[in-house]
Amino acid sequence: MALYSEKVMDHFRNPRNVGVIEDADGIGEAGNPVCGDIMKIYLKIDNDIITDVKFETFGCGSAIASSSMATELIKGKPISEAAALTNKAVTEALDGLPAHKLHCSVLAEEAIKLALKDYFDKNGIEYDKNEFPDEPHCAHCGEGSCDT
Amino acid sequence: MIYADNAATTKMSRTAIEAMLPYMDDIYGNPSSLYSFGQKAKEALENARERIAACLCCEPREITFTSGGSEADNQAIFSAARLGEKKGKKHIISTAFEHHAVLHTLEKLKKQGFEITHLDVHSNGIVTPEQVADAIREDTCLVTVMFANNEIGTIQPIAEIGKICREKGVLFHTDAVQAAGHLYVNVKEQNIDMLSLSAHKFHGPKGIGVLYAKRGILLDNVINGGAQERGKRAGTENIPAIMGMAAALEEAVANLDRNTAKLIKLRDRLIEGLDKIPYGELNGDRNNRLPSNVNFCFEGIEGESLLLLLDDKGICASSGSACTSGSLDPSHVLLAIGRPHEVAHGSLRLSINEETTEEDIDYMIEAVTDVVTYLRNMSPFWRDLTTGKRTHVFAE
Repeated sequence: MALYSEKVMDHFRNPRNVGVIEDADGIGEAGNPVCGDIMKIYLKIDNDIITDVKFETFGCGSAIASSSMATELIKGKPISEAAALTNKAVTEALDGLPAHKLHCSVLAEEAIKLALKDYFDKNGIEYDKNEFPDEPHCAHCGEGSCDT
Repeated sequence: MIYADNAATTKMSRTAIEAMLPYMDDIYGNPSSLYSFGQKAKEALENARERIAACLCCEPREITFTSGGSEADNQAIFSAARLGEKKGKKHIISTAFEHHAVLHTLEKLKKQGFEITHLDVHSNGIVTPEQVADAIREDTCLVTVMFANNEIGTIQPIAEIGKICREKGVLFHTDAVQAAGHLYVNVKEQNIDMLSLSAHKFHGPKGIGVLYAKRGILLDNVINGGAQERGKRAGTENIPAIMGMAAALEEAVANLDRNTAKLIKLRDRLIEGLDKIPYGELNGDRNNRLPSNVNFCFEGIEGESLLLLLDDKGICASSGSACTSGSLDPSHVLLAIGRPHEVAHGSLRLSINEETTEEDIDYMIEAVTDVVTYLRNMSPFWRDLTTGKRTHVFAE
């Protein structure tokens, strides 16, 4: 049995939406180099719709595939849908991830939430602080931040 | 396909396979049986023992067959610990970057009240005999230092360490799993009391290994049962594997000088090629390393994605990243030589063999360079390094 599903390998080998949006409306970064994965999400938002999304990822195969899939899932969608994206939805769309790789999908969810929060903050839009924490827990070590 | 993971396992040699076949087809008797058919297997077993002893420069009776390197390491360490315990000596010296077969065994002894000293291996991945001399105490019962490291390939000053242990009357064990068949091994000259080896690392079969223990060292059983192996390792002997191991070791030892010269040339070509990748660095001493081992860390990328993309290019390699180890931390070996976590995640080990060609080397250099560049281009960590938001660990 292969380590990853065909979907994961497809998104890893041919990642969608890789890159940077120079004039992004929201940017979110989750993870840290010590734990070995960082995801950065760039959003272009127009009229509450995510018109464009790009990502950069430092991490393993499933981290790159999770980022790619997550961007696909929110592209062209209203903000409310992007905010509701769960790591479970990313994992399911990838036809599953090995148990010890589930944190990669968590990282994708967090990076998107942080990018949306950045957009809200920049534009003075009210949001639920519980749903968009300042510093999400590290999906790896469970700490607030394991960056040392 | 280019198989560059020979430190993980090797392809069996034709000689080894041929040596095994008769003991699966025809001579399948149990060496413990009385009748002549069984005794034929017994003869083969003792013949293999003699040949392996000759390769290590020891007596046949000093050879115990085990299921592999891990079992041999376990038995050697537990035996020395039990002998030490009887004299009230419960201190063991080892290094920070041993194989887990050694580290986890020591961990177990620690829970049983032993004190373990893990010697620093410095940034070059080599312990010094002086460190060992300084660490030996009245209550030290064992020094266990690997012959060559499995990840970064650095070769330890075994003969000198052995000499110190002899002088101080402390047992000396070495995990020679990466060394046997690849480096000159002579337990007499090198003052080794106990040594572990594993056949599948030198083109022999998997699941078979040897524990050499100098005459007079009382071994403690890991596997209890029948009286095989002078009562020190129960279980019907794996005769086909033992025959394959003997043939493979003889072949490796006979070709050692030729293979070493060839491999060093190829290894150095690979190191020089990969050294051109900016912000990467060789792990372990440049020269005092296994002729087959190349291990680099590259900043800004993660090892597992590197391996997957190399696999797509037909290259089998390995990494010490956390994602490949299945734990939260990257390789303990890379951390032991002082690599920070974020750099250790981006490690790559290529371990070649005598069949590797210059073309293979050049292809690997090109492929690794391409993949590292590709991954860096999508890495926010790399972006932060290039824009000065984070600081580089390595020079360009």
